[in-house]
Amino acid sequence: MLGSKRGSKRESGWLGRLALGALAALAGAGPVRAQETAAPKALPPLVFTGIPDQDESRLVERFGKVAAYLEAKLGVPVRYIPVKSYPAAVTAFTNGQVQLAWFGGFTGVQARKAVPGAQAIAQGAEDAAFKTYLIANAATGLKPDKAFPKDIAGKTFTFGARASTSGRLMPEYFIRQAFPGQSPEQVFARVGFSGDHSRTIQLVQSGAFAVGAVDYSVWDLDAKAGKVDRQAVSVIWESPAFPDYQWTVRGDVEQTYGAGFTERLRGALVGITDPAILEPFGRSKFIPVTNAAYEPLVAVGRSTGLLD
Amino acid sequence: MRSPAFLPRPGYAAVSRWFLAAALTGLLVADLQVTTLHPLADLARLLGGLIRPDFPAVEGWSVVYTVAFAMLGVGLGAGTGLLLAIPFARSRTVRLACAGVRAVHELFWALLLMQVFGLSATTGVLAIALPYAGICAKVYAELIEEADLAAVRVLPAGTGAVSAFLYARLPEVAGRMRDYTLYRLECGLRSSLVLGFIGLPTMGFAFESAFRQGRYAEAGALLLIFYALIGTRRLWVRARTLPLLLVGSVLALPPTVGSAAIGPSLARFLGHDIVPAPLRDAALAEPETWVRLWSWLRPILAGQVLPGTAQTLILAQIALVATALGALVLFPLTARRFAGPVGRPLGRVLLVVVRSTPEYVLAYLGLQLLGPSMLPAILALSLHNAGIVAYLMGRHADAIPYRADAPRGLDLYAYETVPRLYGQFLAYLLYRWELILRESAIFGILGVTTLGFYVDAAISELRLDVAVVLIAATALVTVAVDALSRALRRSLRIDALPTRLSGPQPITGAEPT
Repeated sequence: MLGSKRGSKRESGWLGRLALGALAALAGAGPVRAQETAAPKALPPLVFTGIPDQDESRLVERFGKVAAYLEAKLGVPVRYIPVKSYPAAVTAFTNGQVQLAWFGGFTGVQARKAVPGAQAIAQGAEDAAFKTYLIANAATGLKPDKAFPKDIAGKTFTFGARASTSGRLMPEYFIRQAFPGQSPEQVFARVGFSGDHSRTIQLVQSGAFAVGAVDYSVWDLDAKAGKVDRQAVSVIWESPAFPDYQWTVRGDVEQTYGAGFTERLRGALVGITDPAILEPFGRSKFIPVTNAAYEPLVAVGRSTGLLD
Repeated sequence: MRSPAFLPRPGYAAVSRWFLAAALTGLLVADLQVTTLHPLADLARLLGGLIRPDFPAVEGWSVVYTVAFAMLGVGLGAGTGLLLAIPFARSRTVRLACAGVRAVHELFWALLLMQVFGLSATTGVLAIALPYAGICAKVYAELIEEADLAAVRVLPAGTGAVSAFLYARLPEVAGRMRDYTLYRLECGLRSSLVLGFIGLPTMGFAFESAFRQGRYAEAGALLLIFYALIGTRRLWVRARTLPLLLVGSVLALPPTVGSAAIGPSLARFLGHDIVPAPLRDAALAEPETWVRLWSWLRPILAGQVLPGTAQTLILAQIALVATALGALVLFPLTARRFAGPVGRPLGRVLLVVVRSTPEYVLAYLGLQLLGPSMLPAILALSLHNAGIVAYLMGRHADAIPYRADAPRGLDLYAYETVPRLYGQFLAYLLYRWELILRESAIFGILGVTTLGFYVDAAISELRLDVAVVLIAATALVTVAVDALSRALRRSLRIDALPTRLSGPQPITGAEPT
């Protein structure tokens, strides 16, 4: 084989380390570019996102309008970045890619836990007392009731996204209360995660799942848009009220955009009166809120095991 | 008794029966329910989209980004792989590191990298480059190993490893390396597209949006553009265009929206997020810490790793055998003796289309059409892989020297072609076993209860420590299956047969596209 075996062995060890080093260096190669692309002098854009909880076209419409409104109101460039999942929205917030986000109740709790100093600043007027609807396919024969419909046991059931408040956390909590000592997997024949509320409605409407848990505001929006076939799917139960969606902002925006920016942002959001912006949100207006309003969700998150 | 490598040995039948039995057992416990009510109507609408594609609706940048991520990811991966291939045979550390990075799927890499680099070009390129570096290092090292040593033997004593490599080995293997790297670029394009499903701005992002909202004509257009990209790759990826493509890719990368704080994010990710919860800020000398670690780990192992691994293995096993049956049925479509001069090109086009569609996209479509059970995952894996294996088998079938009085039709197929190709066939299948397993795990993200299902849950709950345990478990299972596959191939004495997509066998005739 090779002429000098000992020599080549020593060299290969050295080469191995060099090559591994090159691989490791790849990890460091990227950030340079990320920093270069940011404008050097002007204020960096305020980037925000929202959890993808319903039809994307509606998300693009609502957040596009919010971006234009905030940019005019605050005098800083504002950009919206779309994400594909709830945890991706939280991740973008925790690693600082976005400074502001429209979170659900639970994703907001997750994000503020991971980013010390982050604050909930505004919620929709409807979010102080939000509701989950349980919806059922007509073939199940389930009828609307004030009491929790225990007949859903043994049927197929779909939640929304895994980290959804009205589509997962709260319904799971109510299910665990109604069937003590049982997890949803034990209560139902099959448990699915549809990914978003519009999809939950489609799945129950088509009969792919017999019962589902859905955000009441998305149900109302989709019903108004004519996307719900009332013959095929109906609301069978309305949950007790809980706090949900809110705008959450990182604590470090004050360093970037000046002291008092958080309050200006809150003021701008609360000051939205244009129905063209509010309507795609399914909200009548935004109202100020604080982190403390979401304490009940922390307790629910712990009791269902979704939060440490 | 001309060519012993092509003759069936007693081991072939035993191994085949063993795999078939395992798959049948798997079928008994697998969840194969169709939960949607109108799968055919949805399928018809999707096919309608393919027939009447809406090309103007396609966001052109998503195509550019798909190519750019693939070019740079594969470029970095193959470059690093080449460097690592030199010490690969001698350094156990390098071999282990390569096995580790390639056992983790691109999507898992992307989910982890996203925590630090955000939704950025860095995440996309590295998610492809990392596993591809491991794969390329292994394959390049194998190519170097197989190469003719005549030139190396005449080198003077004391020639350094680098010089020996550059002057005596590289010229021997450069052609095959180029072929293999071109194949990796095809895989890279598929990986790049699939990264869009988790939020990177490639064609997968647009495809998922379009499909979810029922814009089937746009979804169909995206698929057709993707087939065109893959089909014409030999025309636009050439030695002359390569520098242009690489530079163009760097320039075309999407600007990062917002800047993730990479330093602090990396520190938090490594120092806190992926550290098992009981070990964070804990006294490591205290025995009680380790008791807590075990009581943290035990439910993860029992409730997630174990059932997830079982489901992953079951899915992979069924999909592997379905792939085998599919390939046996499909390969005559592309073989001259069976399909004839008219049928053969058509068969090839069909198989190229099937193999060009990423498994993940097939599984995504299947799950939307059939609901979240194992059935769509099996269909997706076996369609894609049967397409690949059948295509290769067809080429081997054409290369067989037949006697002048060879039988025709079914007799030829059953008594001559299949028996003579069976060793090669098993070699391909055993080689694809590991790849099918990696894909099976990732399908969990789509809702099948394989390991990826639990990874997705852990990431949704922001429990990255749990996610990392699960991803490590996935990697271990993959490495174990790879080792088992290699041991089987050795004991069947089929380990010397070509298994790579641009295998050492020169193929007569050009690609169909």
